[in-house]
Amino acid sequence: MTVPVPFLLGAAALTLSTAMQSPARAQSAPAPQIALSCAGCHGVGGAGEGSVPRIAGYDRQAFVDNWSAFRANARPATIMNRIARGYTDAEVAQLATYFASLR
Amino acid sequence: MTRLTRRAFGLSAASAGLAFAAPATLSAQTQARLVIIGGGFGGASAARYARIAFPNVAVTLIEPKTSFVTCPYGNLLLAGERTLPQITHSYDGLKARGVNVVHDWADGIDATAKTVRLRGRATVAYDKLILSPGIAIRWNAIEGYTEAAAEALPHAWIPGAGEQTTLLRRQLEALPDGGVVGFAIPPNPFRCPPGPYERISLVASYLKRHKPRAKILALDAKDAFSKQGLFQDAWNELYPGLIEWVPLNKDGKVTRVDAQAKIFETELGTRHRVDVGNVIPPQSAAKIAIDAGLTNETGWVPVNPRTFEATRARDIHVIGDANVGQVMPKSGYIANSTSKVAVAAAVAALEGRPAPEPTVYFNTCYSHVGPEYGISVVGVFRPSENGFVETPNSGGVSPRGPLAEQREQRRLEALHADAWYGAITRDAFS
Repeated sequence: MTVPVPFLLGAAALTLSTAMQSPARAQSAPAPQIALSCAGCHGVGGAGEGSVPRIAGYDRQAFVDNWSAFRANARPATIMNRIARGYTDAEVAQLATYFASLR
Repeated sequence: MTRLTRRAFGLSAASAGLAFAAPATLSAQTQARLVIIGGGFGGASAARYARIAFPNVAVTLIEPKTSFVTCPYGNLLLAGERTLPQITHSYDGLKARGVNVVHDWADGIDATAKTVRLRGRATVAYDKLILSPGIAIRWNAIEGYTEAAAEALPHAWIPGAGEQTTLLRRQLEALPDGGVVGFAIPPNPFRCPPGPYERISLVASYLKRHKPRAKILALDAKDAFSKQGLFQDAWNELYPGLIEWVPLNKDGKVTRVDAQAKIFETELGTRHRVDVGNVIPPQSAAKIAIDAGLTNETGWVPVNPRTFEATRARDIHVIGDANVGQVMPKSGYIANSTSKVAVAAAVAALEGRPAPEPTVYFNTCYSHVGPEYGISVVGVFRPSENGFVETPNSGGVSPRGPLAEQREQRRLEALHADAWYGAITRDAFS
């Protein structure tokens, strides 16, 4: 009964919708899905909240290195060590690129 | 009312310039309609995220209340450390983002016609429905525990406008020193697994300061609970002799209550008279999910673990406490985390794309157990064939150990808990 939208069309619509966002709302990169849960502690857009540090604009390599240190319990942590062990290297790279891109 | 063109939406009109791909019926006016039922952590987060990530989708949020009182930090209110306004959030932020907030009850869903029936008689048509209705209390699952009984023995587990939580607070204030505060705690699964034990801790902290001869009797329908070692360490350290926890195997399961006489009766017939009684009753998905035929024999809604689409109805994505989320906890953070995945998957389906990957569901539950004393459990979850799995070797609870050694860890976790509350409520309501 419904007319399925061809994949090509959907993809075109998506690209357009990204391009047409107002400049004020435009981000350097769209948020990868796995980055969206970070906001629950690190604040909207990684802006930091209270005792939890800002991660927006974090140096990309430092992000990756600190993540590894958290994983290895080689860096003091309250909960990030437990979190860090739940993500793959590829996912950490994606998170690092995204948060480095935010101002 | 629904049109053949409903899947072609947003900028599809512009895309329709691709004449080879676009059926002639595509119309510039057609906009995808995402309707969300329930303005708690799941629904509000879904609405906010949808407006930011998919600005061309029309977002309607149906929620009867004009503000939201959080369950998290309600236990601090019981201890006198928060006021109701401090845990109440308005929908003004979502309205300012362009969410069409409809303050009415959603009375029913027609999954075939794809409409929601409002108590005010109107119907709202959707292309995709995000259902985040929360829980219902299974009245009389504990014999004698009815809506009327909850006026004497509050549950304070569905905040509403805060009536139940403030009722329990007033009862605690009126408790005579030397009185007994009773808790009846349900079997799994239920909303907020560490919640009853945080509540016991914070009520204990209040009693220690204001009614030092009072006692807590916690009757539990389980033999084990979330963060158990950490909670029990804290009880021994902070509140020695104040809390008696009775597990299932010691006849802890409350099966009957007498609201007038304030008696908790257990499986084996032991009758405990309490001065203040908090019954945290067995629960199910909210009524609208049951009425729509979405729940299974457990009383919860089975869903596709990647899209949260109900296995029993197309185009209805069920998030938050109402779904069969195990092994994930029924928490506000999981509702927030999964809401974004559900919205992204719903919009992707409308656009004919596969749901985005990879998918990780994230949870941290902090509990305050006393002043400058916080503990937590972390979970990083992923979809599996038929459900959800915890990522191996990750997550888990705060380190155990004597307070003298863990003081800084506990202090920081209490601070981070406050940060979490600020951040998660902003991510849902701002």
